[in-house]
Amino acid sequence: MYGRAGTERERHQVTSIVPAEAAGARTTAGSGSAAEGGTEDRTGGVAAPLAPRARLFPSLAAVYRAQLSRARVARIPLLFVATFQSVGIMILMRGVVDGGSEARAVVAGSSVLVVAFVALNLLAQYFGQLRAGGGLDHYATLPVPPAAVVLGAAGAYASFTVPGTIVTAVTGSVLFQLPMTHLWVLVAVIPLAGAALSGLGAALGLLAPRQELATLLGQLGMSAALLLGVLPAGRMPAPIGWARDLLPSTYGVEALSRSFDAHPDWAVVVLDLAVCAVVGVLSLAVATWAYRRAAVR
Amino acid sequence: MSTGTAQAQTATGTVCAVRDLVKTYPAARGRRGAPATPEVRATDGISLDVRRGEIFGLLGPNGAGKSTLVRQLTGLMRPDSGSVEMLGHDLVRHPERASRLIGYLGQESTALDELTVSLAAETTGRLRGLAVREARAARDAVLEELGLTDIAARPLKKLSGGQRRLACFAATLVGERPVLILDEPTTGMDPVARRAVWAAVDRRRAEHGTTVLLVTHNVIEAETVLDRVAVLERGKVIACDTPTGLKERVAGEVRVELVWRDRAPLDVPEVAVLRQSAQESGRRWVLRLGPDEARAAVAAVTGGAAFAALDDFTLATPSLEDVYLALGGDATQGLVKA
Repeated sequence: MYGRAGTERERHQVTSIVPAEAAGARTTAGSGSAAEGGTEDRTGGVAAPLAPRARLFPSLAAVYRAQLSRARVARIPLLFVATFQSVGIMILMRGVVDGGSEARAVVAGSSVLVVAFVALNLLAQYFGQLRAGGGLDHYATLPVPPAAVVLGAAGAYASFTVPGTIVTAVTGSVLFQLPMTHLWVLVAVIPLAGAALSGLGAALGLLAPRQELATLLGQLGMSAALLLGVLPAGRMPAPIGWARDLLPSTYGVEALSRSFDAHPDWAVVVLDLAVCAVVGVLSLAVATWAYRRAAVR
Repeated sequence: MSTGTAQAQTATGTVCAVRDLVKTYPAARGRRGAPATPEVRATDGISLDVRRGEIFGLLGPNGAGKSTLVRQLTGLMRPDSGSVEMLGHDLVRHPERASRLIGYLGQESTALDELTVSLAAETTGRLRGLAVREARAARDAVLEELGLTDIAARPLKKLSGGQRRLACFAATLVGERPVLILDEPTTGMDPVARRAVWAAVDRRRAEHGTTVLLVTHNVIEAETVLDRVAVLERGKVIACDTPTGLKERVAGEVRVELVWRDRAPLDVPEVAVLRQSAQESGRRWVLRLGPDEARAAVAAVTGGAAFAALDDFTLATPSLEDVYLALGGDATQGLVKA
């Protein structure tokens, strides 16, 4: 919100380079303190026009598109890994749980695990790497809103999870003979759980003081989502149950798992998804703040 | 390679005025595997004036404070004290304005590595505030200008170091800015790519009066490209002039380089005397002498017994490297001649 009025004024006042030269000459002479016309520039408002800022949505779209294109170059093998891991877990758990609510929890947990793997773990690693490698300087020296960079990257990583999550949910439904009638709920689960987890991933990656720590936090977050999401909640001791309640992916798992009921309680599903949405908004806001902090040191 | 015409058009207005810029990195406590480092003054009272339309160089070895200064000019780092005035804008108070005045090419390409050359340029243009169509037109023009059209569809990661650098330079040019700050833009480039870079820079100077601030530790490039150069040493500007003006400071001297076959014939009295003023590195001696002394030295080593032991010798007018040494710079290995 800085100096918007001042900026507009500069744009109207100055079109040629001559005033800028005058300003320079005056500064060189060491008397750059005269403030004229109430502008905030010490040179008295004879500043050169600024190039326009990039607006939020166009730059968000540009970042999103660029991030999405990276999948072709770098991410495809990892997306397979995410899916294979989840399908493998379901095959293993088939020997342990025998239908009912536990089977639903396993399928829902494995599906959301794909989101956690990509959006939380990989995004935390990406931002950690970008920060450590000086890549944030590139964005920080462009007139782009911080939110566009964070939301664009988070959105792209959430999108990467779509095929894997759907494949896992369908495979799981077949394996455990669960009804696929309400699987359309994934349309809400993926973006909302994606927002919550990618926001968390981005914040961890940008806040971690070192790159290795960002990787570690991403891995830990994913492990938590794995253990607390896939294992049936009923068998957990109370403190671990509380930890489960704190993890945002849990609410995505719950929402998906309820949708396997013949007559799902939609109010509770909506409530679960609302939690994801709120966590998503908060964590993306934190990530945006962390980006600003990391970009200008 | 720099055109004289652009220099002639240079107006005298100051585009960037830096005053008493100070940045101190705090002392770091030692950790496991990392020894403690004392407090470092990375920029220690730097003052500069960069004029409109010139290519202004920052020359110095690694650790001289070039990158810290550039980070302060681009709004990436807040100085402890001092001021930066760019085209009438106070960039210490409003660091966010830097991105709307400056096109910056940093040393890292991490953010663009996995994009194709074409998408890297287009995305950067869009993030510089261009609409999709403008960004694509500017992208096509710049890639064509720099001869990158053939590799436009390849990801930066898969390119050689020089090509990747050129692609990053292309991204810097998409979306015109009155000031370009280029941090070692030609690192790893072959001569063709270098020429493309300087041609593109000169064109923008001639057409738009673009001002360029160039960070380099390459003395040959500095001599051929720069209009003026500030020599940095330990966070301070130890000299600031045109390359010719700087070289005039040591104009009375000639650089004599002698290479011996296996060792210097110290039994020849003239050679033994020369040794006192020589900088030795293995079989190679470098001397900076007055013209008469140089003539005498050459006569001595090219006649009689000494000549049999001589492998090669060169006489040259002093380079910026000699200037740097004469000014008291001590990190010769930090400057590159290539």
